[in-house]
Amino acid sequence: MARASADRHKLLVTVVAWGVALAIFFPILWTVLTSFKTEAAAVAIPPQFLFFDWTTENYAEVWARTDYLHHFTNSVVISLGSSLMGLLVAIPAAWAMAFSPTRGTRGVLMWMLSTKMLPAVGVLVPIYLLCKRAGLLDTRTALVIVLMLSNLPIMVWMLFTYFKEIPRDILEAARMDGATLRYELLYILAPMALPGIASTLLLNVILAWNESFWTLNLTAASTGPLTAFIASFSAPEGLFYAKLSAASTLAIAPIVVLGWLSQKQLVRGLTFGAVK
Amino acid sequence: MASTHNGATARLMLSPAVVLLLVWMAVPLAMTLWYSLHDYQLLMPRGNEFVGLENYVYFLTDPAFFQSLANTLALVMGVLTITVAGGIGLALLLDRPMYGQGIVRVLVVSPFFVMPTVSALVWKNMFMNPVNGLFAWLAQVFGMRAIDWLAEVPLLSLTIIVAWGWLPFATLILLTALQSLDAEQQEAAKMDGANSFARFVHITLPHLARPIAVVILIQTIFLLSVFAEILVTTNGGPGNQSTNLAYLVYSQALLRFDVGSASAGGVVAVVLANILAIFLMRLVGKNLES
Amino acid sequence: MASIALKNVSKSFGGREVISSLDLQIERGELVVFVGPSGCGKSTLLRLIAGLEEVSSGQLLIDGRDATQLPPAWRGLSMVFQSYALYPHMSVRDNIAFPLKMAGRDKETIERKVNEAARVLNLQDYLDRKPRELSGGQRQRVAIGRAIVREPVAFLFDEPLSNLDAALRVNMRMEIAALHRQLGATMIYVTHDQIEAMTLADRIVVLNAGRVEQVGSPLELYRRPATLFVAGFIGSPRMNFINGAEASRHAATTIGIRPEHLSVSTTAGRWQGKVSLAEHLGSDTFVHVEVAGLGAIAARAAGGLDVRHGDTLWLTPDESCLHRFDEQGRAIGA
Repeated sequence: MARASADRHKLLVTVVAWGVALAIFFPILWTVLTSFKTEAAAVAIPPQFLFFDWTTENYAEVWARTDYLHHFTNSVVISLGSSLMGLLVAIPAAWAMAFSPTRGTRGVLMWMLSTKMLPAVGVLVPIYLLCKRAGLLDTRTALVIVLMLSNLPIMVWMLFTYFKEIPRDILEAARMDGATLRYELLYILAPMALPGIASTLLLNVILAWNESFWTLNLTAASTGPLTAFIASFSAPEGLFYAKLSAASTLAIAPIVVLGWLSQKQLVRGLTFGAVK
Repeated sequence: MASTHNGATARLMLSPAVVLLLVWMAVPLAMTLWYSLHDYQLLMPRGNEFVGLENYVYFLTDPAFFQSLANTLALVMGVLTITVAGGIGLALLLDRPMYGQGIVRVLVVSPFFVMPTVSALVWKNMFMNPVNGLFAWLAQVFGMRAIDWLAEVPLLSLTIIVAWGWLPFATLILLTALQSLDAEQQEAAKMDGANSFARFVHITLPHLARPIAVVILIQTIFLLSVFAEILVTTNGGPGNQSTNLAYLVYSQALLRFDVGSASAGGVVAVVLANILAIFLMRLVGKNLES
Repeated sequence: MASIALKNVSKSFGGREVISSLDLQIERGELVVFVGPSGCGKSTLLRLIAGLEEVSSGQLLIDGRDATQLPPAWRGLSMVFQSYALYPHMSVRDNIAFPLKMAGRDKETIERKVNEAARVLNLQDYLDRKPRELSGGQRQRVAIGRAIVREPVAFLFDEPLSNLDAALRVNMRMEIAALHRQLGATMIYVTHDQIEAMTLADRIVVLNAGRVEQVGSPLELYRRPATLFVAGFIGSPRMNFINGAEASRHAATTIGIRPEHLSVSTTAGRWQGKVSLAEHLGSDTFVHVEVAGLGAIAARAAGGLDVRHGDTLWLTPDESCLHRFDEQGRAIGA
């Protein structure tokens, strides 16, 4: 009796939850569906949900008419480049603060977070002009540097929370066991720190991939990453829903899949370990 | 080996990050300040003269400024309200046993990974368009007038678009927090005769206070600088109805080429953000520490 | 096996002295237990010996040689940590082999020694598991295995049993005692649990607020506690302390009598009182008696004694087991 009612309850929750989840996911689903329609079918009233003539011509056309691959490469270089360079600076900093904390450590961490609260518009003009003067406007180099700097506080924070969880006992045990510095780093610390470093990298790649202030302001369409590429579709060109959908699907697919794989780390990472 | 643990090495390891961030913060900010005191037009480089606070007077007395300030706050507050309330509801729902929980989670979290330009364009064209959008079709089905969302209620439309992107974040964090809630506490409250509403108010909500504070802090950081969504949908219009501070400064600088008053706007934005930041960090600073 | 000597050792953390000019001699093959309440400095003392903390002043001698400045790995000591500090990404085999690998031993020797340690500790079936796949007791054994293979001159144990449940703790206690007999090794063992101290130790060092209160064999400490602190800390249930007129009669500020040194009678005796609580353990009965003028006194009676709350009892102390303390809390005439 109780069992049956519990089952019925679970079924009800399942139906409601799936309904809500599909509603939230619907814009993405609709975009993907539309990308396989003809332009006429894309704007048909009433809308066609599943029963339409599936076509891949939009993808072919986006591929042929635009330089998708070029923008995709830009996105990869910029997000990966800025994240890797960020790691190079953030790892030692987080390491020092996690393993040799001083009275100032908390202050330094909070200060770093506060730089992230500095609105980008406050420095838009000088950064734009500096890049212009240095001939870096509309280059990937400029974006790699700027995104690296703007995400650096988050990287340091994330790494710090991961490193802090490495038990000091283990470092002491390794010292008692006679591990040299090289060994301590390579065989004890690296294996324990790597998962945290990997999550940090992953999350920052996602953040940088979707970053849409600097990528839109420091590039023209030609060297822009996918964010700028998609923004160039904002000017209406008549019947273009299907092609817009195809381009959008191409732009978000890699990172959405990456996001699915990293959703657990996302919580820890973006809340700086405050929520577990 | 002891050297990895001593203060000098630690400072050496810390310094690149600190120096980079200091430079990243101080140099452009100093330049912004300097420009803000000069009449600097990008297209007329010769007119570069000291004008004192004239740019500030110009920027602050511009009616667009007050409108953009109000819009910025309305956007932040609106998105926060939707995402926190919706996030709590969704988290409570997803925390219950169900079939296919993993897939449901994946579906719900997905919007967070969609780049702002894509989500804004998809919403603008395929949902909010008064002729071809799904909303227009729905209105027609129910016999109502189709709304031109971005023209008639631009700020509300933007709030919906941005909130859609951030709802997964709030949900995911609150769900994670819920899952760490001690089941025995709930059972103890049940034994004490608390009904499900009382349990939510007295057990669940206090447990969520800290994650909610974290959600507010993190989202505010990002919401203050919403930009791409405005750029590809309304361009701040109609009029200035959907211009926020970030977009206003952008349009002064890169559309009107008035570096001086854009810089003044930048300084104002920094000051306002700092006021908010101090308030927020006070609120959650202790929570974030450990 | 080595002897360890501490000479006038002090340790301060930022101006706060946690160990003050402490002298201690630990003989070869001895199992010495540092015991004391939390914050007494016992763990710090162990970490000073290990080399994980630097002494502020004083000297540490291992086998007569000055080791004060030696890095931890060069002191030839092994340590078992409270959290076990196993390397989470390494198998049991690699965990145990790690110190040997660090010492640059050849593969064959490592293999042989790891297998030997695994046999002694009953870990043969778990060698390829990761620490997270082991129970608490098994992890403890791996930590001990890692300590054994180095063939250290002395073992250091930092509250090794405090993360285990009660039954397992008794087992591991016996295993450590057996290990000590088997290896004949010098061992220093830190605990806050006086029962662990009493059952394991050749000699106990009772620490309080960074100072040594008393050093001695378990029975010496039990029979002749040098201070009130030791008298109260060693022995379970706790010694009864009596101040006032009764103490003055014995020419002391405070007198102490252990519950087991009071004879209990339902008919006659020195002190009369009412039972406030009777705990029937079967083998023994512990009675808490409210005696007018003396306060609450605990006594151990035979298991068959059938008394309840409110009954009247008489207690008579065994005068030969009475402890007398002066104003400073020092034992008189001990």
